[in-house]
Amino acid sequence: MNAVVHAKAASRHLLSGNEAVARAAWEAGVRVAAAYPGTPATEILENIALYPDIYSEWSVNEKVAVEVAIGASLAGSRALAAMKHVGMNVASDAFMTQSLAGVVGGLVLVVADDVGLSSSQNEQDSRYWGRFGHMPILEPADSQEAYEMTKTAFDLSEQYETPVIVRMTTRVCHVKAMVEFTGERVEHPAAGFQKNPQRWVMTPANAKPRLALMHERDRQLRALSETSELNTAYVGSDRRIGFVTSGPAFMHVREAFPNAPVLKLGFSHPPPLEKIRAFAATVDTLVVVEETEALLETEIRAAGIAMQGKELLPRCGELAPSVLRPAIKALLGEIHEAPKPLQAGVFPRPPTMCASCPHLGPYFALSHIRNLNIVGDIGCYTLGAGHPWNALDTCTCMGASLSMAHGMDKGRGASDEQKHIVAVIGDSTFLHMGMQGLLNMIYNRGNVTVLLLDNRSVGMTGGQENPGTGQNLHGLPAPRVDFVKLAEGLGVRPERIRTVDPYELPTIVKLVREEIKMEEPSVIITTRPCSLTDRFERFRPYAVVEDLCTGCGNCIDLGCPAISVARRERVATKSGKSRELVFARIDPNACTGCHMCAGTCAPAAIVQQSQDSVVRIQPHA
Amino acid sequence: MRDGIINILVVGIGGQGVMTAAEMLARTALNQGYDVKKTEVAGMAQRGGVVSSHVRFGPRIYSPQIDAGEADLLIGFEAAEALRWLPWLRPTGVAMVNTLRIAPPVVSAGLYDYPADPIGQLAASGVEVHAFDAGAIAEQLGNPKLVNSIMLGAISDHLPFPADVLKTAIIEGFRAYKPKLAEVNAQAFDAGRQAGHADR
Repeated sequence: MNAVVHAKAASRHLLSGNEAVARAAWEAGVRVAAAYPGTPATEILENIALYPDIYSEWSVNEKVAVEVAIGASLAGSRALAAMKHVGMNVASDAFMTQSLAGVVGGLVLVVADDVGLSSSQNEQDSRYWGRFGHMPILEPADSQEAYEMTKTAFDLSEQYETPVIVRMTTRVCHVKAMVEFTGERVEHPAAGFQKNPQRWVMTPANAKPRLALMHERDRQLRALSETSELNTAYVGSDRRIGFVTSGPAFMHVREAFPNAPVLKLGFSHPPPLEKIRAFAATVDTLVVVEETEALLETEIRAAGIAMQGKELLPRCGELAPSVLRPAIKALLGEIHEAPKPLQAGVFPRPPTMCASCPHLGPYFALSHIRNLNIVGDIGCYTLGAGHPWNALDTCTCMGASLSMAHGMDKGRGASDEQKHIVAVIGDSTFLHMGMQGLLNMIYNRGNVTVLLLDNRSVGMTGGQENPGTGQNLHGLPAPRVDFVKLAEGLGVRPERIRTVDPYELPTIVKLVREEIKMEEPSVIITTRPCSLTDRFERFRPYAVVEDLCTGCGNCIDLGCPAISVARRERVATKSGKSRELVFARIDPNACTGCHMCAGTCAPAAIVQQSQDSVVRIQPHA
Repeated sequence: MRDGIINILVVGIGGQGVMTAAEMLARTALNQGYDVKKTEVAGMAQRGGVVSSHVRFGPRIYSPQIDAGEADLLIGFEAAEALRWLPWLRPTGVAMVNTLRIAPPVVSAGLYDYPADPIGQLAASGVEVHAFDAGAIAEQLGNPKLVNSIMLGAISDHLPFPADVLKTAIIEGFRAYKPKLAEVNAQAFDAGRQAGHADR
């Protein structure tokens, strides 16, 4: 059993921010928790799932997750929903109104901003939502604070009957640091749903009177922020510059300027403006350090407090010590002597698809068919935009591929007339928000060829379950959606729904060629498990028989990382020109025996090794 | 080491066990009474991309990140990756490098070159470099997954606590979860410790 799950109060553990939130949720008496996977928030629910006292689930998307949490709260249960920053956008319709109606059981939304874009399509500052949705925001700076503030958030939520945002960033979620537990689980039994239409049925007549109450709540929270211990001043000996900061930026400030006074805002919205004013009076210059947008800055300036902020510091990315030091030294008129870094220069190593990844087949096909506009989506298959496939033309947000492709079809320009429009989407993204796009396309008689790449997992975030996998968050059997019937139910003609094994390259190329010619929507469903999940079955590796290899290089175009160039040779062709031959080699340690590459090899030079002949060699350059 | 803080950068490629090694170091330091922070770029890293894990410990650690030029120890699970992160090392720092070379598809395709002599380049920068073929040692011991314990053994004499503390922590970890592997990992640790004293 997991040691952290059963740990007593006063024990110390090395925990990520996400693990700390999970433990805090358990101690706080949370009864329901829901999320959709998304970096860097995924591990929050994965860890909550370890606590049997909490009902937890992978919901199909973030809006659903937040609504599940809202329902539980109305029944009187403490509830938590976790999501990455872009998930908060999806969920916003739900919490923007629930914030008005309020909550019963403590309702906490943990949102993780991917500051620095380690694995996201954009960078967002979710603290905007607190302002937009009239919800208080707590901003932990490390794991210990993530643990403590999550517990505080539930008390705050119940006391003020409001959803509370715990705003994390990648550098809190994924940093492991010491956490000392201060308690164990305290049950908060649910009283059950109390019917009260004026409170819970948000018609205009019922919602209107709530507006004044919500603004009064804002006022009370603002007063609380002024006295909250989460907003603490640290005295410093060098008073030339004093910092107001929140979240992990606090750690960076302390690291870079250990002697400077700092006002740390843990309860950052509503901001304690009078506390900030008093702090400002004790220092020569006030500098606001916040990731990422100028939110506190705008409010502090509006309060008439002199300060500096984004004129010195970047509006995006992490405000690491290496960013802060030169900016602040320049402000002080000092020369910043950065340590002169040693020199290196190495090739890029971009992320790639895995050996025997079931996406390789479809991308091999797409990269070999001309005249396509390929509208992509969010997942590992976004990597299809890269080398060697170059077979993905857009990526915007979860589920956008089908609807954007439909729009690209309806809005064709002169150069698109001969083009076929293809949408590429994975199983989980399709179920998250893609289905609506397909329904819309059918309803409005669009013409798009959809590739639904079913790898039976949420691959990019680490192979989580979804309604298409047949298992739930706890690995228990769950009803598995039938993608063929689903597509049919949404109105795709049965003749235009094709299923194919993505490893059967000649078949998939043929199928895509056939379907793009159709004057109606088609759905091609490829089904094979993600090669990083337990569902994947490994076979004996393949090898290139050197005597048979003609150097055509077709297998290299597959983009499988187990296949590399053994040698190149320039030969003269009959017409007198020269052409390069590329001879391939398969790394037996990386090859999983999926046989996909054999489908690219006309001379049948790629063969499975026999039981005895597998020679494990060290891979080399 | 500066202000009693030690900064260790563990680097390699997704799937090599970089994060596991860093976790082991961080846990051991925590048990030795240090304040510890460990951070890395995860997410897309498992798709064959660059992985770097920062481990910092000392009396009190604020920022989890090691700045360029601030690492005391660089543990490279792959030769070119060690070279990539060389700018993070202090000029007085130590690089412990597995000589394994893994070329990504962009190199294989001829778009970029793999450095001819990454270990030589590291040494030419003036830092203390120890390099050896951890894969060969693992193979001799009969399990390629031992590279992790070999690399930890190799750096164990560069830590502010005795090498045996780290060794014991590793063995206890295996005893708890995979007892059959405890003994061979102890051997791997010792072999790595010996190899780590090689000059280059």
